[in-house]
Amino acid sequence: MMIRVQHVVKTFGTVTAVNDVSFDVHAGEIFAFLGPNGAGKTTTIKMLTTLLRPTSGSLELDGLDPATHHREVRQRFGVVFQDPSLDNELTAWENMDIHGVLYHVPRPIRRERCEILLKMFELWDRRADLVKTFSGGMKRRLEIARGLLHTPKVLFLDEPTLGLDPQSRNQMWTHVQNLNKTEGVTVFLTTHYMDEADRVAGRIAVIDHGRIVAIGSSAELKEQTKTDSLEAAFLALTGTTIRDESAAASDSVRAFAKAWRR
Amino acid sequence: MGVIYILWLREVKKYLRSRVQIIASLGGPLMYLGVLGFGLGPVFQRAGEGNYLQFMAPGVIGMTVLFTAMFSGIAMLWDRQFGFLKETLVAPVPRLSIMIGRTLGGATVAVLQGALIFVVALIAGFRPTSLLAVPLAFLVIALIAVVFAALATAIGSGLKEMQGFQMVMNFLVMPLFFLSGAIYPLDGLPRVLAALTRVDPLTYGVDGMRALLIGRTHFGLPVDLAVLFGVAVLFVFLGAWRFSKIEA
Repeated sequence: MMIRVQHVVKTFGTVTAVNDVSFDVHAGEIFAFLGPNGAGKTTTIKMLTTLLRPTSGSLELDGLDPATHHREVRQRFGVVFQDPSLDNELTAWENMDIHGVLYHVPRPIRRERCEILLKMFELWDRRADLVKTFSGGMKRRLEIARGLLHTPKVLFLDEPTLGLDPQSRNQMWTHVQNLNKTEGVTVFLTTHYMDEADRVAGRIAVIDHGRIVAIGSSAELKEQTKTDSLEAAFLALTGTTIRDESAAASDSVRAFAKAWRR
Repeated sequence: MGVIYILWLREVKKYLRSRVQIIASLGGPLMYLGVLGFGLGPVFQRAGEGNYLQFMAPGVIGMTVLFTAMFSGIAMLWDRQFGFLKETLVAPVPRLSIMIGRTLGGATVAVLQGALIFVVALIAGFRPTSLLAVPLAFLVIALIAVVFAALATAIGSGLKEMQGFQMVMNFLVMPLFFLSGAIYPLDGLPRVLAALTRVDPLTYGVDGMRALLIGRTHFGLPVDLAVLFGVAVLFVFLGAWRFSKIEA
């Protein structure tokens, strides 16, 4: 078992973001974690990636507790966050190289892995260009390539295709599927595009209001809800009400920074 | 070590690449040297204080180092914004190495910028009384750079909003500059102002540079160096502590 989550609860003040969640992710599988905005997806990812401690319950990644074994756990996963985390003022190669140093990848291996991954993600020809000249799809690909540089056991992808055109999305998932096959990396993803989850995920968990409401393969979820598409199954499970998320402080900074740079 | 080096290198590379920014950042100091330096020169001379450009050049170098070092630390807001900060915070390395790499990088950039203004001052007519003292003056510059890069790290660690940046510039950086005696002598000041200048670390930096470059000092070089060194150690600890508290 690569990931084991048991009865995890996470509260922020009076708000319960994750409420008694349990699930397992097998080694080598592609696991989709779906849910409406504010359902608890990102909070769960943050707990698994050592950024938050659960209020109660237990988590394991490759047999280690993220809350107590920060470094060991961090060495074992790669993550592509919802928000970009590249340095736009550096080149693609430099972004990769810094990551390699931060994850203790010895120099010869670092160079080799950088080359393999940049070629695989079709960024090799642009390796010496500043990231700020890249398109949204290229940046995403670079982030995934970077997340794989230290040969992690698990790759977390938090809405990696947000804002990408269908071509880039299609290409990105092809890459991810290939990697899952060739490197055996376990993939834990979230997305709002049901067709993507349907296409790539072996198993799907649906979370709503902090609770897991269904878990199984796409076919099982459709059967359970007596629907013929994953989208319909998702709506049957989570309802059709629109969820509002409160804006984070970072949103206002983002707007300001954009205006300032113009 | 590798982590400290690569994050230091990142800051320096980004600085060397931003040609436009380097040129733009010369504007302020040039204005002070050129307009204030030559404009107030005659009055300063008549007051019996000697050549104003000679007096002010170390002050303007100090100002440049202060501004650059503070800016580099507060630029952490950008890294938070564009996400790179998170990339370093979830890496399996101690926070302290990240903080030291960033802070040393910011301090190095400030020293480079200070050196550039030093050259500009030379072109404008500034003449150090002893060339042998110049390397020592750069030690003082480096200490000023570390003091304010570390302070900026401490402040930047807590900044989440762009408005905070304006607050820091207007209520901290500008007062630090104006209270440092960079543009006026420290002798015979009103008591309140004199007291305020004494709590400003930049005062000792500018005074130390003057001691070495033009042989004029208020506190004496040993006091300047001791204060700068003490404050540098204090601020590095403060910065490291604040940086360790950041939530990714």
